[in-house]
Amino acid sequence: MSDVDLKPVIEIEKLNLVFQTADTPVHALSDIDLTVNAGDFVSFIGPSGCGKTTLMRVIADLEKPTGGHISVNGMTPEEARQKRAYGYVFQAPALYPWRTVEKNIMLPLEIMGLSREEQKARAARNLAMVNLEGFEKKFPWQLSGGMQQRVSIARALSVEPDLLLMDEPFGALDEITRDHLNEQLLKLWDTTKKTVIFVTHSIPEAVFLSSKIVVMSPRPGKVIDIIESNLPRDRTLDIRETPEFLEISHRVREGLRSGHSYDD
Amino acid sequence: MKKSADLVLILFVLLSGISVFLPVGVDADMSVQWWDKPTAFALLVISVAAALYQLISRETTTYAALLLTIGCIAGAFAPLILTRTVDASGYGAIGLWLFLVALGLLVWRSLALLSRAANGNHLLAFAVPALFGIWLLYLWQVVTIGFGIPSVLLPSPEQIGAAIENNTSTLFADFYQTVVKSVLSGFAFGCGAGFLVAILVDRVPFMQRGLLPLGSLVSAIPIVGIAPIMVMWFGFDWQSKAAVIVVMTFFPMLINTLAGLQATSHIEKDLMRSYAASYWQTLLFLRLPNAMPFIFNALKINSTLAMIGAIVAEFFGTPIVGMGFRISTEVGRMNVDIVWATIAVAAVVGSLFYGILALMERRITFWHASYRRAK
Amino acid sequence: MTKPAEISKAGIWRRLYDGKSFPVFVVVLSLLILWYAGAVYMNSDRLIDQYERSKVEWSWQQLTEDAWSMERPILPAPQQIIVELHKTVIDKKITSKRSLVYHSYVTISSTLVGFALGALLGVLLAVGIVHLETLDRSLMPWIIASQTVPILAIAPMIIVVLGHIGLTGLVPKAIISMYLCFFPITIGMVKGLRSPDVLQLDLMKTYSASAAQVFWKLRMPASIPFLFASLKVAIAISLVGAIVAELPTGAVEGLGARLLAGSYYGQTIQIWSALVAASVLGMLLVWAVTITEKLVLGRTGREAV
Ligand SMILES: Nc1ncnc2c1ncn2[C@@H]1O[C@H](COP(=O)(O)OP(=O)(O)O)[C@@H](O)[C@H]1O
Ligand SMILES: [Mg+2]
Repeated sequence: MSDVDLKPVIEIEKLNLVFQTADTPVHALSDIDLTVNAGDFVSFIGPSGCGKTTLMRVIADLEKPTGGHISVNGMTPEEARQKRAYGYVFQAPALYPWRTVEKNIMLPLEIMGLSREEQKARAARNLAMVNLEGFEKKFPWQLSGGMQQRVSIARALSVEPDLLLMDEPFGALDEITRDHLNEQLLKLWDTTKKTVIFVTHSIPEAVFLSSKIVVMSPRPGKVIDIIESNLPRDRTLDIRETPEFLEISHRVREGLRSGHSYDD
Repeated sequence: MKKSADLVLILFVLLSGISVFLPVGVDADMSVQWWDKPTAFALLVISVAAALYQLISRETTTYAALLLTIGCIAGAFAPLILTRTVDASGYGAIGLWLFLVALGLLVWRSLALLSRAANGNHLLAFAVPALFGIWLLYLWQVVTIGFGIPSVLLPSPEQIGAAIENNTSTLFADFYQTVVKSVLSGFAFGCGAGFLVAILVDRVPFMQRGLLPLGSLVSAIPIVGIAPIMVMWFGFDWQSKAAVIVVMTFFPMLINTLAGLQATSHIEKDLMRSYAASYWQTLLFLRLPNAMPFIFNALKINSTLAMIGAIVAEFFGTPIVGMGFRISTEVGRMNVDIVWATIAVAAVVGSLFYGILALMERRITFWHASYRRAK
Repeated sequence: MTKPAEISKAGIWRRLYDGKSFPVFVVVLSLLILWYAGAVYMNSDRLIDQYERSKVEWSWQQLTEDAWSMERPILPAPQQIIVELHKTVIDKKITSKRSLVYHSYVTISSTLVGFALGALLGVLLAVGIVHLETLDRSLMPWIIASQTVPILAIAPMIIVVLGHIGLTGLVPKAIISMYLCFFPITIGMVKGLRSPDVLQLDLMKTYSASAAQVFWKLRMPASIPFLFASLKVAIAISLVGAIVAELPTGAVEGLGARLLAGSYYGQTIQIWSALVAASVLGMLLVWAVTITEKLVLGRTGREAV
């Protein structure tokens, strides 16, 4: 990691979010403190319902916090969203069935009002990035699940954001595809020096990908541990057998256990 | 499948065989047999031969299906020829009618073979219902002529065709008045208004909550009953018909468009939000495409409602032209063939109208789960 | 994204605004106001004409009052229709030819007979279509085409043909209702009978169930919610069919006949009250189907589609 640009991209202090539901209020996020620096690969890990998605959505201004402070690139999340500061990859591909693969990737660019040539060029570049050249004219429903998710990543990348938010992007995929995409994602992160925030509930995935792992626990959703990983930036899947890797995995597991997150 | 299929053909051959020994009609008080009419008899033999060939070969190829269809067509000409030359009403023609029943079995079997071959073949997929339709028309023709049904009761397709030919200018004037003037304008205006109001209402949640529960009530109302009122308000000409159609088509479009605009998932909306897309961009790029299947549903429902509305409204008063007017006056004058000619025009126009909409739907909502085929 | 603070502080207005009944109330109220205003607007021309011919001074108040109480208004005011309904529904004996209850009864009987016939035909066709590919391919397009023929066009012909074999009165009207209402039922039932997915059908296959068993144990139960959804559409259409069928039969009984008579004699209030009666009937019929649906589906613990 370069010590030169430890510029904070996201700063979160005492962040709280309470959902008002029909019967009882749900305290989804409780006193979250977190800083994400430029070039970090941060994973949120925790059992389902601990608020990972909600935290990510607050960063993306898809959800308004009920207390605390948050800034993205030194702005409010809303300003950051208006400036199209991030790309968001949802758990499902959410591709539009009436648009071809290429047109799907061009969607945000059309909304931003880029020129036609620029849209085409970016679509081609990012399709290549996810190894899907030659699929431009296909419709999403003609592709496999893994390919669809890669298209949705290419769509997020086409905005050319410095910040990439990914909510369990590979959750629905089989492990083999998943490993493969993990490696590609890591390479992309290494070469483009983007900041990535990644939600997962797989310990190996979190440890393999991240430079920083945020362990969370539910009811109320809070941060238990933040683990800095010192694994090299250019790792391969083999790293999963090394003692360093196993040690970090162990620490994550301990953190999850101490959060009593598995007692029900 | 194969076993029961053979049974149908065997039954056909058996029935045809029996019919050969029965009289096919009466001519000048003399009973007529199959062999008195060599052409018809030869046609019968061809159809039986086709069935026998299929019974032995047991093939299910397109080729076999076409061969059997040719057998059907050949066989079908036999009763057509007979009903023209002999008196075929009653027991005197029992052989003829028995053969017609047998022919029904043969047609069924050949349609079954054709529809099995039709998978993935557009031409055959079109041919199956077309042949079925022709078969129905054919039955109509043979039965009306054979039994000598008076044309004031039910004219034969041939007579209806002649009526269409002899009255083209009247029929065209009626078509122009009813379809071009009333239906098209009313349909366009009603659907357009329903669509625009839906977009407006969708922007105001309060109106939406107020209107949606009423929508289901409105759908229970026989709106066509406003026809007499509209005729009083807007006069006898096409404007009153268009007004009925506007009211009839407005609500299905409103309700369907509203439902369609709701059909967008949360995740899709969040995606647009993450791009900081404006309301109109979200509408154009996401919500309208999603609503298209619903909108086409309304357009198709409305196409049939519009025709009903126009003709009912003409019942309450028209200038002396229009399809509804033509039907009610010609019924009174016992010109039943012209009535049927008008019905035929209405049916063709209605089917074309619907068909064009269905084609457009296919083109525009090709991506919808009900149409798409992977790869 | 609900804001908790707002909910707790929400006043009664906010609650009304967010609720369901209040918006409906507001919409209905505005429609009524529009109606009254429309009545004044549409009837005023004739009234002003009258005033001027008989040279009376007139005020707006006078105009409004007169507009809402004309004998043959262009647009009657709602309370005039209510008065007429009261006269023809409650005051008249129900056997009287001028009782709306009597006319409603005539219309509803052909509606119901037609609906029953249509439901039977619709279900039978759907069962055939689902089980025989030949029927699916050859008949389905014609079923759709049959609906593009405007019903009123063939109604007189149906009446002529049926009249010839001695069927008059209720039957022809019921047949016309049937012609209209079998269609949504066929479409809905085909969808419903095909709704079991591959997995459920494969399960039946592993039991080596016969086609009849698959039908009674899987397809039929799966189609019930679809059946009711289409029955609701069909019964409303059946009513339309019954009303429309009364027009060319020259019927003197039934709501359609009332519409026709009203239009001959320019009795607008009579037309409107027949229309209101028909609307109420339509709602009652749909409501009855909905109740039946709740009972049937409630027993099997399922939701309507
Ligand atoms: N829109 C919402 N309304 C009410 N409760 C919600 C909403 N979204 C999430 N929650 C609740 O907040 C908690 C955290 O949810 P989420 O962030 O989706 O968890 P995770 O992504 O970690 O599985 C859960 O208890 C969930 O039920
Ligand atoms: Mg989640």
